[in-house]
Amino acid sequence: MKRALGIIGIFLAILVFSIFFAENFTTGINLMQLTNRTALYSVLALGAALVIVTGGIDLSIGSVVCLAGIMTPWLLIEHEWTPWQVIPTVLAMSAFIGLCHGLLITRLKLQPFLVTLCGLLLYRGIARWMTGDQSQGFMGEYGDVRAIALAKFSIPGLTDYRLPATVIPALVLAILIGLFLSRTVWGRWLLATGRNESAARYSGVPTAWLVTGSYVACSLLAGFGGMLFIFDIGSAQPSDFGNFYELYAIAAAVLGGCSLRGGEASVVGVLFGVATLRVLQNTITLAGYSSQIEFAVVGGVLLLGVAADELIRRYAARRLERAGAVAARA
Amino acid sequence: MTSERPVLLRVRGVGRRYAGVTALAAIDVDVRGGEVLAIIGENGAGKSTLLKILSGVVQPSEGTLEVADARGALGGVELDGVRDATRAGIALVHQELNLAENLDVAGSIYLGREPSRFGFLDRARMRADARKWLARVGLEIDPGTLCGTLPIAQRQLVEIAKALSTESRVLILDEPTSSLTMRETDRLLEIMDELRRAGVAVVFVSHHLDEVMKIADRVIVLRDGRKTGELVRGEYDRAMIERLMVGRDIAASARREVAANAAVRLEIASLTSAHRRRRPVSFAVRAGEIVGLAGLVGAGRTEILEAIAGVTTHGGEVRLDGSALAGDASSRVRRGVAIVPEDRARNGLFLENPVAMNMSLAWIDRTSRARLVDQRAEPSLVSRMIARMQLRPPQPARRVQTLSGGNQQKTVIGRWLAVDPKVLLLDEPTRGVDVGARAEIHAEVRRLAEAGSAVVFASSELEEVLLLADRIIVMHDGAIAGELAAHEATEVAIMHLATGGAAHAHPTGTHA
Repeated sequence: MKRALGIIGIFLAILVFSIFFAENFTTGINLMQLTNRTALYSVLALGAALVIVTGGIDLSIGSVVCLAGIMTPWLLIEHEWTPWQVIPTVLAMSAFIGLCHGLLITRLKLQPFLVTLCGLLLYRGIARWMTGDQSQGFMGEYGDVRAIALAKFSIPGLTDYRLPATVIPALVLAILIGLFLSRTVWGRWLLATGRNESAARYSGVPTAWLVTGSYVACSLLAGFGGMLFIFDIGSAQPSDFGNFYELYAIAAAVLGGCSLRGGEASVVGVLFGVATLRVLQNTITLAGYSSQIEFAVVGGVLLLGVAADELIRRYAARRLERAGAVAARA
Repeated sequence: MTSERPVLLRVRGVGRRYAGVTALAAIDVDVRGGEVLAIIGENGAGKSTLLKILSGVVQPSEGTLEVADARGALGGVELDGVRDATRAGIALVHQELNLAENLDVAGSIYLGREPSRFGFLDRARMRADARKWLARVGLEIDPGTLCGTLPIAQRQLVEIAKALSTESRVLILDEPTSSLTMRETDRLLEIMDELRRAGVAVVFVSHHLDEVMKIADRVIVLRDGRKTGELVRGEYDRAMIERLMVGRDIAASARREVAANAAVRLEIASLTSAHRRRRPVSFAVRAGEIVGLAGLVGAGRTEILEAIAGVTTHGGEVRLDGSALAGDASSRVRRGVAIVPEDRARNGLFLENPVAMNMSLAWIDRTSRARLVDQRAEPSLVSRMIARMQLRPPQPARRVQTLSGGNQQKTVIGRWLAVDPKVLLLDEPTRGVDVGARAEIHAEVRRLAEAGSAVVFASSELEEVLLLADRIIVMHDGAIAGELAAHEATEVAIMHLATGGAAHAHPTGTHA
């Protein structure tokens, strides 16, 4: 929780700025869309965080989003599968992708960066080839299934804001992953593996299985997220759907206090990291800045956040050392 | 007599703290040209910290350094990095040799300051100059030889030649003989003597009192980061140095009796390490027995311990209570095999995490219910282990980073206490640990053995091997060179086997 305080502060500052300077920011429709997007990206960022905790990285998230997202309407509409066939198939495929990543990394000892970079190219290529690079959509059908992402719940007392349904899976996942990391033996082991894999191995932690598991979870969440995204937007192009999503997910996790060195994570921090990036993006659009500058702003904020975090950490370490020196002299 | 020699480096009131832990305090030393100065002390006494300060690798937290200029006048300096020290004429030869194996000898000597002509490497001059420096250390090899092909002893001489080639007047050697054979050691001592005659100040650290007494003009003894004595040649004897090192006379340890009929707990048959070709090793350890693996650096002790623990893959068989141990470390831990690794920062500890997390990691799965961490059992078990290991300060929330070496080691050992290991493997159990903590660690290891654990430990310190082991297995070049019962073992007997001498009482090969 302490780790999340920094990002909560940044989030509040940007929020206040947006409320005052971005036109239409506080309208119900905008806030509704903002909550929805934050929830969707959270699913991806939570998965990214699980991998980052181990000291690894997954660059293939965006491409898995694309493959899973494109396959869903493709199987439903072009191949006329039923939703009860499609959803388990797509999720199983996503998990299998993660299993391949995990085994290549733990058994063959390939670098996570390399393995998932290849994944990034591979899955998008497959998605484009499979569909003939044609846009895939639900053609106005399957409204009942898409309601998983599109439904909105009224909140008593609020007239122009309704809660998007995507918040439910995002929150459930956040709570489960939070409990997993802080309360279960596996979570402890995963954090220890990220902190010092060798020491974890010498202590009897099955590090290879935990690391593999985290890649499975990450790809599974990316696939699940891809499905939610396509339910939400209805149709997408295989060539650009999910582009850069892995970077948003990683950026949010890092902003939220997950060290790329591994061993540190805060689920609350990740959620606020996602929210910060979403509000920032929203404000850039609403305040009338050219949306082309978005990447530059996101990059700048990320750099500032990470640099500030490092400086605070060093300051704390120095204070600790000084306190220790005083204690030693006493 | 000594006072006539010029002081080249003067150290006054130097101290160093790491994260609040005092590693060195109030050190005064004069380093004189034409003199060999030995620095001795137990592990963790502050020897390497002092060397690092002298050679600019770390900066002192307090105190001053003065270096003599060309006319011999002393002036204060701040050695901020090795380059500063080199400029001041001070060179350090590391304990772990730092030569790039793919460079030739001349290239290694002139690495980073290669002579050049018109921007091109002047290889001819480099070789000619290298030959000159190699001659100074009595090494007659072609400067074009690849370093990787040289034996350790010659690599070390190349390092010394490299240090001399920077026009160093102060040569610092960190445990230069730790991986040398006896004959190589004698040769090195001769070279140190020649350098002394040439007016160089030679400073060296050693664990071997024999060498120290043979060559050193002066001896500085460190204990717990302080200088406990400075002795001049001819004015001291071995017992005096030992007393200064440990602050008391070294008492003979109380012998334990291992029941001869105790069951064999751990059995190793034709064990071979997978990543390095070694001769197969076999031995057995009874419940309650403490076996010490002695041998020189690189003799293969660590590889055996890591193979038993399943941290590395291996050939041959390891049996626990008669049934084969297979699989990786995590499955062997679950069967009761515990390992305390040599490099605790890298393989043992989570330095940024609290003591509690470091200790509980090995057994939280056993106290958990449905894989949920038992939030009540964990802290109470951790505090029991902290009390049993006499951890100071006894704070479960304290970050391991801020603990002293001895307490860090106690944290690693304490991790295994809660699970009553059937087999306890310790690699250099008290490296970098102060004398008091060492005794406590030894006591705890004996208690575990008495409770029925089979203990195997590796130690480079003969004193520790003699003190702790019931039976000593001496390794040489990856194989068992011989075996000694504790009551018949002496330092000389162990060293004889460890350096490749033939075993008399137990011929080589009986156990291999």
